Amino acid sequence: MAERQLNFGQALNEAMRQEMQRDPKVILMGEDVAGGANIEHLDGDEAWGGVLGVTKGLVKEFGRERILDTPISESGFIGAAVGAAVTGLRPIAEMMFVGFMGVCFDQLLNQGAKLRYMFGGKAKVPVVIRTIYGGGFRAAAQHSQVLYSLFTHIPGLKTVVPATPYDAKGLLISSIRDDDPVIFFEDITLGAMKGPVPEEPYAIPLGKADIKRPGTDLTIVAIGKMVHHALKAADELQKQGKSAEVIDPRTLSPFDEETVLQSVQKTGRLVVVDESHPRCSMATDIAAFIADKGFDYLNGPIKTVTAPHTPVPFSPPLEDHYLPNPQKITQAALSLF
Amino acid sequence: MEMSKDKLLWMYERMQLIRTFENRVKVEFGKGKIPGFVHLYAGEEAVAVGICANLTDADYMTSTHRGHGHCIAKGVEPRGMMAELFGKATGTCKGKGGSMHIADMDKGMLGANGIVGGGPPLACGSGLTAKVNKTDQVTICFFGDGASEQGTLHESLNLAAIWKLPIVFVAENNGYAESTPAHYHCSVENIADRAAAYNMPGVTIDGNDIFAVYEAAHEATARARAGKGPTLLECKTYRFNGHFEGDAQTYKIATENEKYQKERDPLKLFRDNVLPRRLMSEAELKAIDDRVAAQIDGAVKFAEDSEFPDVRETYTDVYVSY
Repeated sequence: MAERQLNFGQALNEAMRQEMQRDPKVILMGEDVAGGANIEHLDGDEAWGGVLGVTKGLVKEFGRERILDTPISESGFIGAAVGAAVTGLRPIAEMMFVGFMGVCFDQLLNQGAKLRYMFGGKAKVPVVIRTIYGGGFRAAAQHSQVLYSLFTHIPGLKTVVPATPYDAKGLLISSIRDDDPVIFFEDITLGAMKGPVPEEPYAIPLGKADIKRPGTDLTIVAIGKMVHHALKAADELQKQGKSAEVIDPRTLSPFDEETVLQSVQKTGRLVVVDESHPRCSMATDIAAFIADKGFDYLNGPIKTVTAPHTPVPFSPPLEDHYLPNPQKITQAALSLF
Repeated sequence: MEMSKDKLLWMYERMQLIRTFENRVKVEFGKGKIPGFVHLYAGEEAVAVGICANLTDADYMTSTHRGHGHCIAKGVEPRGMMAELFGKATGTCKGKGGSMHIADMDKGMLGANGIVGGGPPLACGSGLTAKVNKTDQVTICFFGDGASEQGTLHESLNLAAIWKLPIVFVAENNGYAESTPAHYHCSVENIADRAAAYNMPGVTIDGNDIFAVYEAAHEATARARAGKGPTLLECKTYRFNGHFEGDAQTYKIATENEKYQKERDPLKLFRDNVLPRRLMSEAELKAIDDRVAAQIDGAVKFAEDSEFPDVRETYTDVYVSY
């Protein structure tokens, strides 16, 4: 019997639906997450359900007391999500594009991330901030950012980046059940990607990497959409007689160093693929601690494949040049042999 | 407005507790016993106490960097607060927050806040929790005249209005945002006049008259509990000290401070109200003064005698899961 296939967006929708069925404390808020608030004829399937339709249908099942459309007041509603979490609800708040974090950063940086610590452990903030990230759809500089590195840097936050529909559902369920604030990154271009997704609820533990492709000659760590580029590069490398192991960290904070170290111990070579800019990114972070803890395993330098230190350009040939791709990964890998 | 004797006693004791606590913090800070910064509430007691006289432990509150008065009015234990200021392990937050981050979840005190305007969105959150859970808990959101110009406040007022959240927003207008006067930084004379822009009631009150504060808060909290939505109260008041302790206060007009302390001290105004009307006696007030003095002495001793936290505490309470 063929496994049931869902696309990325459907997998996320199912995760939220099942968690909201299970736990009445879970609520969802954000701009247009239901769509058409106060418009009487729009409570059914016609309502937007999020700018990409990921939350479509939820308002029909759970009503507008649990699915809340917000005004364009990110500081207001992201802060409200933090305040609701610290007083006992389990909110999911959607930050439409990660680039909008600029208008509400305090609510996560100084409030959500730090309340537990500053209050001596007497508070917890079980909030999930879901956000669209990444380039490749010609939305230009402000709407195509990655930024998970900024959030990973902040103690008190967790950051999660799924690469497949299966991981998306399992990781979102775990994030909702997690008692800490989780920033959950959803790649804009993966929405239509299909994959097998079990119907029953399942939780993939945070902080656990996944070996997407075992190999013996080199390790490629790739994040989010980059996983698929890395897998294509691995196919190309295989034709050239090099067996690449592709590791998907899935959670960036906390990071599963052990899985990467074990792999590098086996292969002796490491390429890190990260759609971030090169300065102070996940790529440099991973390279630094592997260079420290895995120094004896390495046969050569750690290579990183990232976007350049520029904003995301609009024009298609420029954006395509900007983004990491399988060819760049293959090139970087071959330079280690 | 009719008030029970118990309530009057409570009000005076809470105000005196705040005044004595803050004056003592000033002294201990001067001796170098309190690290970092403190922002003293002396002079503003009638606001916190007048508001909190309408609350229970179940109600929520968000606060500011000038939060000691809010904490005490809400029922946070002064002993633990003093220990927190001293950075000791017995502090309300185990010494990990300090003056600007004192919180007590059991009393619904969602924390003093070091970010101007950081509280209002959080208040929308606790208001939302009460609404979703269908309780009659109200949230008090304290903020200063400085925060009235912060974008977060305006977003929060609008959000609370459209969602009819059970919040009472309280602007404590003490005339200065750090060293910048309200008559410069604020585009309107009365912050409460902005309430109309958000379609909610707005009331400006003499914040040094605890009875006026109590009455306005009584109405606003009742409104919130009845599901009728938020109110914006503005309490005009004055801080006897600087923005932070160590502030030379050169921006204050020379005789201003003295005038307020002589003529507009909320404790004095309370006495001037209750004594002639024989609602309380000198002896009762003195008994409270003495009790409070002993309590604060005890709090300082407790703080001094307590240990600092173990350095391993640096690594705890970052996450729930590890």
